[in-house]
Amino acid sequence: MTRKLPATDVVIVGLGWTGSILAHELTGAGLNVVAIERGPWRDTATDFPPAYAQDELRYRIRHDLFLRPEQLTMTFRNNANQTALPIRSWGSFMPPNGVGGGGVHWNAETWRFLPSDFELRTHLVGRYGEKFLPEDMTIQDWGITYDDLEPHYDKFEYLCGTSGKAGNIKGRIEAGGNPFEGARSREYPTPPQKQPYGPTLFAQAAQEMGYKPFPQPSGNLSQAYTNPLGVTIGPCTYCGFCEWFGCGNYSKASPQTTILPALIRRPNFEARTQCEVSKINLDKSGKRATGVTYVDTSGNEWEQPADLVLLCAFQLFNVHLLLHSGIGKPYDPRAGEGVIGRNYSYQVTSSVDAFFDDKIFNPFIASGSIGMCIDEFNGDNFDHGPHGFVGGGYMGAVQTNGRPIQTARTPQATPRWGAEWKKAVAKSYLSSYEAVTHGGCYSYRDVYLDLDPTYTDRFGRKLMRLTFDFHENELKMSTYLTDRLAEVVQKMGPRQLEKHPRRGHYDVTVYQTTHTCGGAIMGVEPKTSALNRYLQSWDVPNLFVMGATAFPQNPGYNPTDTVGALAYWAADAIVNHYLKSPGPLVQI
Amino acid sequence: MRNLVTLALAACAIGLAAARAAEDNQAFEKIERGRYLAVLGDCVGCHTAPGGKPFAGGAALETPFGALVGPNITPDVATGIGAWSESDLWRAMHEGIARTGARLYPAMPYPAYTKVTREDVSAIWAYLRTLEPVHNEVQPNQLAFPFNVRRPATSTWDLINFKPGVFQSDPAKSDVWNRGAYLVEGLGHCGTCHTPKNITGGDRSGEALQGALLQDWYAPDLTADLRTGIGNWSTEDIVRYLKTGANSFDIASGPMAEAVENSTSHMTDADLLAIATYLKDRAPRSAKTAIALAHDDPRMVAGKAIYENRCAACHISSGAGVPTLFPRLAQAPLVQSTDPTSLIRVVLIGNRAAATSAAPTAPAMPSFGWNLSDTEIADVLTYVRNTWGNAASAVQSTDVTTLRGRVSR
Repeated sequence: MTRKLPATDVVIVGLGWTGSILAHELTGAGLNVVAIERGPWRDTATDFPPAYAQDELRYRIRHDLFLRPEQLTMTFRNNANQTALPIRSWGSFMPPNGVGGGGVHWNAETWRFLPSDFELRTHLVGRYGEKFLPEDMTIQDWGITYDDLEPHYDKFEYLCGTSGKAGNIKGRIEAGGNPFEGARSREYPTPPQKQPYGPTLFAQAAQEMGYKPFPQPSGNLSQAYTNPLGVTIGPCTYCGFCEWFGCGNYSKASPQTTILPALIRRPNFEARTQCEVSKINLDKSGKRATGVTYVDTSGNEWEQPADLVLLCAFQLFNVHLLLHSGIGKPYDPRAGEGVIGRNYSYQVTSSVDAFFDDKIFNPFIASGSIGMCIDEFNGDNFDHGPHGFVGGGYMGAVQTNGRPIQTARTPQATPRWGAEWKKAVAKSYLSSYEAVTHGGCYSYRDVYLDLDPTYTDRFGRKLMRLTFDFHENELKMSTYLTDRLAEVVQKMGPRQLEKHPRRGHYDVTVYQTTHTCGGAIMGVEPKTSALNRYLQSWDVPNLFVMGATAFPQNPGYNPTDTVGALAYWAADAIVNHYLKSPGPLVQI
Repeated sequence: MRNLVTLALAACAIGLAAARAAEDNQAFEKIERGRYLAVLGDCVGCHTAPGGKPFAGGAALETPFGALVGPNITPDVATGIGAWSESDLWRAMHEGIARTGARLYPAMPYPAYTKVTREDVSAIWAYLRTLEPVHNEVQPNQLAFPFNVRRPATSTWDLINFKPGVFQSDPAKSDVWNRGAYLVEGLGHCGTCHTPKNITGGDRSGEALQGALLQDWYAPDLTADLRTGIGNWSTEDIVRYLKTGANSFDIASGPMAEAVENSTSHMTDADLLAIATYLKDRAPRSAKTAIALAHDDPRMVAGKAIYENRCAACHISSGAGVPTLFPRLAQAPLVQSTDPTSLIRVVLIGNRAAATSAAPTAPAMPSFGWNLSDTEIADVLTYVRNTWGNAASAVQSTDVTTLRGRVSR
């Protein structure tokens, strides 16, 4: 029996970055907000205390901060001719769990997308013509511009205290920053992190080759910072345990270190943890959400009525809830129609390993996002005409982790275990270096999310099915980017260099990034997008869907800065427009 | 012209209303003043159970003689003070005598509240009468025999330790100073925690605010002593600490975090300035100068290694800390206090700092008691107390063992 609770103004599904931001903005506007989070409460000093050593087995291998597949998983296949099977251990990407969501375990690489990324189809067709794009590529414009989002990028970065060097302030190119970035209204809140030896060498080599290296913008702070909410973040200690780990030093921007201390003081905010939302409820017309149904740890089912429903879960689960709740038309790849599940995209990364005889890199001096990067080969920053592909990515020497076991790099010919392996690790540990490319992944007609016909979860709901493979365009891009990166690394003077471009089929068991995107994208018309430019459902106007779910394709950057900016953009639209006149914010 | 006349008439009317309000326990001005006075006295602190209704009683105060629990002071007739009169409250606060005629236990800080004026008690009374009556039976006295025996109206304790009398201002001092003295010595009852106690639990006269141990916390020296007191804090530093819970020196934690959250962060800037002005004007504790332990002392060598491994990530190698996030250890009064109990306690079981609207971060120190031995804790604290210009007695591992036994009960 479902028990019905007293109504609230707003119910939020998921208390990660976007849930925290929306809860803060809407409680600030006087609304009563209930946030329902599937995982546990997480707190810096009690959950990630510096009283114990960070533990690779617990976090990296056993996935302590992530959703347990026993609780909920999805099925996977490379293409529509295969039978999808359930993912029983996370590999390629990591769905977060618990308060703070992915903001707890991220590396804190805090990138803005390029202005052309938001008008991608218009921009590429304008420069190269319609025929240049692969026939089955379904890239789209976002319905907003970089300039629309700039104040919200700024707000999120000043919440986080992001460390970096601006490359373009109000159109003026700044030495030492990224000259390709869109104009920003002001400098980063804190200066860049100090660069270790590897990134320093990389930057020298890149500069000599005529590139413009710059420090990667980082949410691991270079110095103490108090944000506009009065919450203080500490300086990073370069311990190297960011990716997959929570930060015990209060020095990585996360909801815990930036926004939750202010939010939990609000008397009109309530969080219910360890409660899993199973459905978004609609009224008889199907055009209005009436709230959500959730299940607590004792198996009790509750209905939480609300005037406004904000879907703020991880990208994949947002799409699953929409499909399961019957909101919007599911995507059909044969007809190319429908919007829920359409334009799923991921990420295409690659690396170059280099082994030196005369250099000591000290790889244990690391943070989630220290590094020197170049952006010459990202987006449409270079002429794609001669190359026969579109898209790109940033690349650089990014020292993202200092995990002592997993950063043990050895040359390819080395045995995987035994005395020879040990010898090679001892020889290479301090003196090898890995540089990376972080490439985009554009969207295609045959890549999508839908409900699996066979497998169900513990509530009897159909699991979501993920159909994905790399396409020729992205593989070409990866080869090109990896070659360009190898040229820079070669200039650093290694004894031996190994290129690892992305090749072959997508493998769901091999980790790349957690940057899965799309499935309920924003856009200019309901035929090809699930959400309007304010992230409001075209079908159910009192439902807004946050996160990378809204990205029509994935540019060559980490998503979090844009996810945060979109949350502030949507919050602004809700507070300043929707609340005054609840209904569709875009009329078609 | 007409406006001026109207204004004058209005002012006259307000004057009349104010004169009447002094007698009227239902007047807004009086009730509002009483609410603020209850904030100044932190009445909520002892009279509200964790998660309970405000003023309905139930917060336990551990004393060396056993637990005393703050009673219900809502106007409930059966379980609160609904049957009391204003004079009953005056007698309780001024003389420490309950409505029944029995003496209150001095966990109720009547030795300080006795300095509160009749007018202020009257306002507090007016405010308490407006609260929703909450039926909540509280057993305030949980002391073991013989302390559980209700004390007769003539008590030796009071003869030794209690001097009734409303605060008398010092005409030689400024109004601001006198307001500060009234707050610190009276409603604010700072000495209840910060003044050393004699064997019967009474204040040691002549050592006011020099630091004292209570509930396994050491409430630090509030005198102008440069090493152990707040001699290096400016008036603004003190105001900032009390208003927000944090300044560039320190962050409020333990019972003081509650005092900041419940009481001082809600005080007016004028009252905080008055408190700071009074505290800054007090003579330093006549502390002997201390000499730091030698750096090659084996305890210092061991402590340094532990500090660099376990503490420096937050408190910084230089002991500078991070303002409003990780307390400063270098030249910090609490770190150099004569009694290291608070330091040992925080390392053993961890602690969370105060959260206020102005400083909401509420950083927490994790527990190290599960993976540092008593000797290691003693050594690292000995190192911290004798480095970066700090000088204080070495911490004994036996002290850590004793406190570990107490806090892990």
